[in-house]
Amino acid sequence: MEKEKSSAFETHMLVVSVSPHIKQPVTVEKIMWTVVACLIPPLILSVFIFGPRVLIITLISVISCVLTEAISQKALGRPVTIRDGSAVITGLLLAYVIPPGVPYYLPILGAVMAIFVTKQLFGGLGANIFNPALIGRAFLMATFPVAMTSAWITPKYIQFKADALSSATPLFIIKHYGIKALIQTYGSLSYIYKNFFVGIRPGCIGETSAFLLLLGGLYLIYKGYIKWYIPVSMIGTIALLTWIFGGEHLFEGNPLVAILSGGVMLGAFFMATDYATSPNWKTGQLIYGAGIGLITVLIRLKGGYPEGVCYAILLMNGFTPALDSWFKPKRFAPPKGVKK
Amino acid sequence: MEKELRTFKKGGIHPPERKEYTEHLAIEDMPLPKEVDILLSQHFGAWCKPLVKKKDRVEEGDIIGDVEKGLGACVHASVTGAVKDIGSSPHPLLVSVPSITIERDQEAERKEYKKEDWHNLSREELLSRVKKAGIVGMGGAGFPTHVKLSPPPEAKVDTLIINGAECEPYLTVDHRLMVEHAPEIVEGIKIILTILGIKRGYVGIEVNKPDAIEEMSKAVKENSEGFDIGVVPLKVKYPQGSEKQLIEAVTGRKVPAFGLPFDVGVIVQNIGTTRAIYEAVIFNKPVVEKVVTISGKGIKRQANLRVRIGTKLKDIVEYLGGTTPDLKKVVVGGPMMGFAISTLDFPITKITSGVLFLTEDEIDLYEYKPCIRCGFCLEACPMGLQPNEIGIYVEAGRAEETAQFGVFECFECGCCAYVCPSKRPLVQFIRIGKMKAKRA
Repeated sequence: MEKEKSSAFETHMLVVSVSPHIKQPVTVEKIMWTVVACLIPPLILSVFIFGPRVLIITLISVISCVLTEAISQKALGRPVTIRDGSAVITGLLLAYVIPPGVPYYLPILGAVMAIFVTKQLFGGLGANIFNPALIGRAFLMATFPVAMTSAWITPKYIQFKADALSSATPLFIIKHYGIKALIQTYGSLSYIYKNFFVGIRPGCIGETSAFLLLLGGLYLIYKGYIKWYIPVSMIGTIALLTWIFGGEHLFEGNPLVAILSGGVMLGAFFMATDYATSPNWKTGQLIYGAGIGLITVLIRLKGGYPEGVCYAILLMNGFTPALDSWFKPKRFAPPKGVKK
Repeated sequence: MEKELRTFKKGGIHPPERKEYTEHLAIEDMPLPKEVDILLSQHFGAWCKPLVKKKDRVEEGDIIGDVEKGLGACVHASVTGAVKDIGSSPHPLLVSVPSITIERDQEAERKEYKKEDWHNLSREELLSRVKKAGIVGMGGAGFPTHVKLSPPPEAKVDTLIINGAECEPYLTVDHRLMVEHAPEIVEGIKIILTILGIKRGYVGIEVNKPDAIEEMSKAVKENSEGFDIGVVPLKVKYPQGSEKQLIEAVTGRKVPAFGLPFDVGVIVQNIGTTRAIYEAVIFNKPVVEKVVTISGKGIKRQANLRVRIGTKLKDIVEYLGGTTPDLKKVVVGGPMMGFAISTLDFPITKITSGVLFLTEDEIDLYEYKPCIRCGFCLEACPMGLQPNEIGIYVEAGRAEETAQFGVFECFECGCCAYVCPSKRPLVQFIRIGKMKAKRA
């Protein structure tokens, strides 16, 4: 009997590894697939207002990203990790920042740029300096400027008062004709707020619905997967600076239209918060978010493009390593006789 | 409005407590084992030299090993019998250390210790009893207690803190000791305060042990005349049982990096240590036994066992009915800072607080991934360090450069690795950093 017991123990293959022996259940996969889930509602709305072709573009983008990830990992002799969901996120985000009317091959080119060049050549998950989806968009903007700035689709379920500009993005109208033209096109400011909040307006595939993006972003904050610092400082800065400088005179700009249009919500919750390309510590994150807000408003008000979120995030991505080394957590208590 | 509970400010986590397996089980005496293995290196400090030879007869409580020089504590025969061998035993950290094996005399029973009044004893006599009893910190590190109780004269110690946080999941040793032996622990506190020549003592207890708080408060009320002893309920947060975090939680003082508690006028003692001091002074009883929590789903019966020092794990497993077929990992200590072992020949030491028999669903077996730079570890680290950078540097072969991220301030609580979604072995990376980097 006794022998039996000890031999039962002998047959166990005991695991011996470093402490801690228990870990919280959150894994990389769980975080990534949760982000994917949070990104689905805006896509569904987009299919309703722009038609089924946005779904096809998104699928092409996701499949190209996943395939590029698998092929580049094989080619670079790395383990293939397409199941972690990170390439799916890049695929979704890439589709979400291009206009709904672009040719179907466009996202394929963007995916290769995003995954192979921006992510895998820099070392893969966690090692890239720039946001892959946004580099994909910037590349397409440079190579297919016409499609990327004019392939808009007039959304369904909305009555325009003036049809001339019905498919132009709100920021395009503001940039070239002023906010009064925007109000004329939509009828009234309250009609603008309502429809922009719900997401019925011209724009890129996944950026239109402030409400659904906010919902997804707040869920990620609630789960603890992202922190509020970046979205709040970014959106706050855009609102503040647009209010001050965005009108005909100082303090006459419309901050609400500014944060409900363009890619602000999508960028603030799903792109600027990308772990690898944003600072790790809250002080740096606050500054990073504010920097994105500043550059966005600068491009919108002074630059050649109506929208600046994409370039603002990419420029601040380059600033991230510096922010990380300048702003670190405060130590519990410094050693005796050492200052700081 | 209830006042917010005290705790430390920076970082920390709240892992599943899993104390329900054993927190309501009274401490039970395990029958004396047939033989014991007394390690000559039980803990931190110098190793003991054996003072007995093979075949010598020893009585329970005899000193059988002592340090020749340097920091350390003597070891005693934990049972009466004959020295069977002076060889070596497996050790979770040092792989194998010298040990004395005693075969118990089947006739001999537990030794009876006579109670004495301690109030007439001098401080020197009290301290010498602590030293002779071989008491070391029983919370885990095992720092020799008589040394800790003799701080240098320039340190102005004004506060004693008794550590009843027991923040590690599963472990319920201190919890049960407080519930079952509160008056003795309070008497122990008075002895320590007398040795230190101070009046003020606090017992910090996390609020997930309401019965311990109640018993200890009652005992303090009944028996603390002439002293200023208070029970401090603490918010449940890991690693509150770490000295620096506990001192901050209770007093708000911060021990500087590389400093010791007496730098801020505090001495910390563990609950088990305090009770051992009580027994050493009042009964002249050395450390011959230890209460350990045996828990986890991988053992047939969980228990809080009082066992002889040197009792082998396999005897404990046999006494509790064996392990279950799905046992996957055996951990000496708590699940956050304990050590995984591969053999049950391991003997209980003075610093063993528990042995956990864990099944697959209790532990983490996920293969680790690259750092995704989420920053969760920065948020969790109670010392304000950068475990993410340490891990990346060590992986890149630049472990020498990790002092800048604070490797030497790390006490390996494991909060960073606990929260890491990539399940990176950050504590391991930090240990490598500590080996290769140079302390500034």
